[in-house]
Amino acid sequence: MLDEFTWPFIVGHLNYWLFIVLMMTGLYIVVAKGNLVKKIVGLNIFQTSVFMLYISMGKVTGGTAPIFPIHMSDIDPDVIYSNPLPHVLILTAIVVGIATTSLGLALIVRIREEFDTIEEDRILEIEQEIANAEIRQFGEAMGGRV
Amino acid sequence: MATETIHHTAATFMDHLPVLVVLVPFVAAPLIVLIGSRRLSWSIAFIASAASFLISIALLMKVIDGGIISYHLGGWAPPIGIEYRVDAANAFVLLLVTAISTIVLPYARKSLKSEIPERHHTLFYALFLLCLTGLLGVVVTGDAFNVFVFLEISSLSTYVLIAQGSYRDKRALTAAFNYLIMGTIGATFFVIGLGLLYMATGTLNMADIAERISDQSDSRTIRAAFSFIVVGIGLKVAIYPLHLWLPNAYTFAPSAVTAFLAATATKVAVYVLLRFMFSVFQPSFLIEVKTFEFFILPFALLAMFAASFIAIFQNDFKRMLAYSSIAQIGYMLLGISFLNETGLTATIVHLFNHGVTKAALFMGVGIYVFRNGGSFYRNIEGLGRTMPWTSAAVVISGLSLIGVPGTAGFISKWVLVQAAIEKGWWPVALLIVASSLLAVIYVWRVIETLYLKAPAEGAVRQEAPMSMLVPLWITALAAIYFGLDTDVTLGAARTAAQGLLAGSAGMY
Repeated sequence: MLDEFTWPFIVGHLNYWLFIVLMMTGLYIVVAKGNLVKKIVGLNIFQTSVFMLYISMGKVTGGTAPIFPIHMSDIDPDVIYSNPLPHVLILTAIVVGIATTSLGLALIVRIREEFDTIEEDRILEIEQEIANAEIRQFGEAMGGRV
Repeated sequence: MATETIHHTAATFMDHLPVLVVLVPFVAAPLIVLIGSRRLSWSIAFIASAASFLISIALLMKVIDGGIISYHLGGWAPPIGIEYRVDAANAFVLLLVTAISTIVLPYARKSLKSEIPERHHTLFYALFLLCLTGLLGVVVTGDAFNVFVFLEISSLSTYVLIAQGSYRDKRALTAAFNYLIMGTIGATFFVIGLGLLYMATGTLNMADIAERISDQSDSRTIRAAFSFIVVGIGLKVAIYPLHLWLPNAYTFAPSAVTAFLAATATKVAVYVLLRFMFSVFQPSFLIEVKTFEFFILPFALLAMFAASFIAIFQNDFKRMLAYSSIAQIGYMLLGISFLNETGLTATIVHLFNHGVTKAALFMGVGIYVFRNGGSFYRNIEGLGRTMPWTSAAVVISGLSLIGVPGTAGFISKWVLVQAAIEKGWWPVALLIVASSLLAVIYVWRVIETLYLKAPAEGAVRQEAPMSMLVPLWITALAAIYFGLDTDVTLGAARTAAQGLLAGSAGMY
């Protein structure tokens, strides 16, 4: 298996390596950062990496931009075109990504209003306080520890 | 079993049903916003949802004997064009989703007034319909990328619907945010999987993909695609270690939203999982990669026990039900992991029966919240006497959750145990029974609180309003009805299971 990793293989798949790096960077930021805005940024990088994967696979060796001439009679059958479908798909995914980002940011605004912070640690503390208060108030009835 | 091909030019109204089921709520949603009338918004939402419900009944009637409807969107033939494909499996799920939304909407009317400011009601109903559109689209489509688009439509509206609970408890916001993060990671994993499949096959039509990957099950691309898709959808299904978004989202969402989502969203995700595992990747591929014995089965068992165990120790009725949902998803995955016809039948029938049962229970909780302002056990003490009708319905659906004979829950667990025995896995059959005993404990705690405790001082002694009580009783009676008359549920589930197990052959 290792002998597949020749120099041409590594260089030839450069965009795929970058896809993996971007994807992991994004995922790491989402998991590791406590600031909610940074999490959304990480999520964005993560989604952007997928755009790269899709656009890479639309490439046809020697292919040009998939745009037909205006007159159908001018079409040259020898011209190779890149595959336009992945580009179209990723347009949809970009729209989805923007919707997710804007919704996430809107939620952060609301969280900031209610919790007065956008740091995850602080939010968890506040939630824990609320939960503890609830347990004190309601837990005892069920024989739970106070 | 022949595929019914429709020529677009000759299509009649009946031929357009597969697209209309999605289109009606999709068009009604912006209509609600444009009209902007608070009084009309509910009526439009209800009419749209009821229309979808009637269409799904018509669709199920057409395909229940094993037929398949292939609808070509815009008249473009697949695999180039987008195809909507209805068979017994998805017609059955369509019926569940539209039935629940039609029942929950009348309930939502009163329940929302106490939970969300009136000025947001118009937008709420629009979002509810968008969520419904997304769920229906995911189910009905036969195009892999279309699944992703509809999945995101339903997910994005779900995040907003859950965040609406913030007027009662601000933790709804963080619950929605966490769901957004995890849901988006799941959806992105799914889309990476689709990308890899497209790389290997050059097509996005599910039946076409299935055909082209049938001889390359040892390809690394295909295997990577499989794992990305299973993990991605697994996040949406809330397979045990990927369930973390679920308890908070269900607990803090408005009552009507929880009732709707618990009965439909995870069930639709289970359907997508089934569709991709069996119709796109083949059953033979599944046996070869051994995902089930080593991953799905242990996690399913873990879910059945760990989640039930956590449910026992909750102080909050609604949160307890959320954990119980995770455990019940374990049963569905267990059915899949048997990889035989009885097991798949159990999964599909449990998907339906549990949807009905959980809708009833969450509506019951919603009524307690509506009258007493909270769903903690402390709040519902002694309500069995002051709110007898609500509590009776809650008890009935609680029994169905356990799987007492005569209720819907019993049927699905019975089929599941049968499947385990058929497979020769006796210990698993015993574990199913053992985890049902855990359900007895957590349901008994509710019954004890409702009936054996004295009502708290100053508790409201008033039965729920009719508009909430009737939907609750419809679902509770359905939980009994489908426990006695199993022709429709088991029949449809068995046809669906046969279709799925036939792999891509079942798609023609």
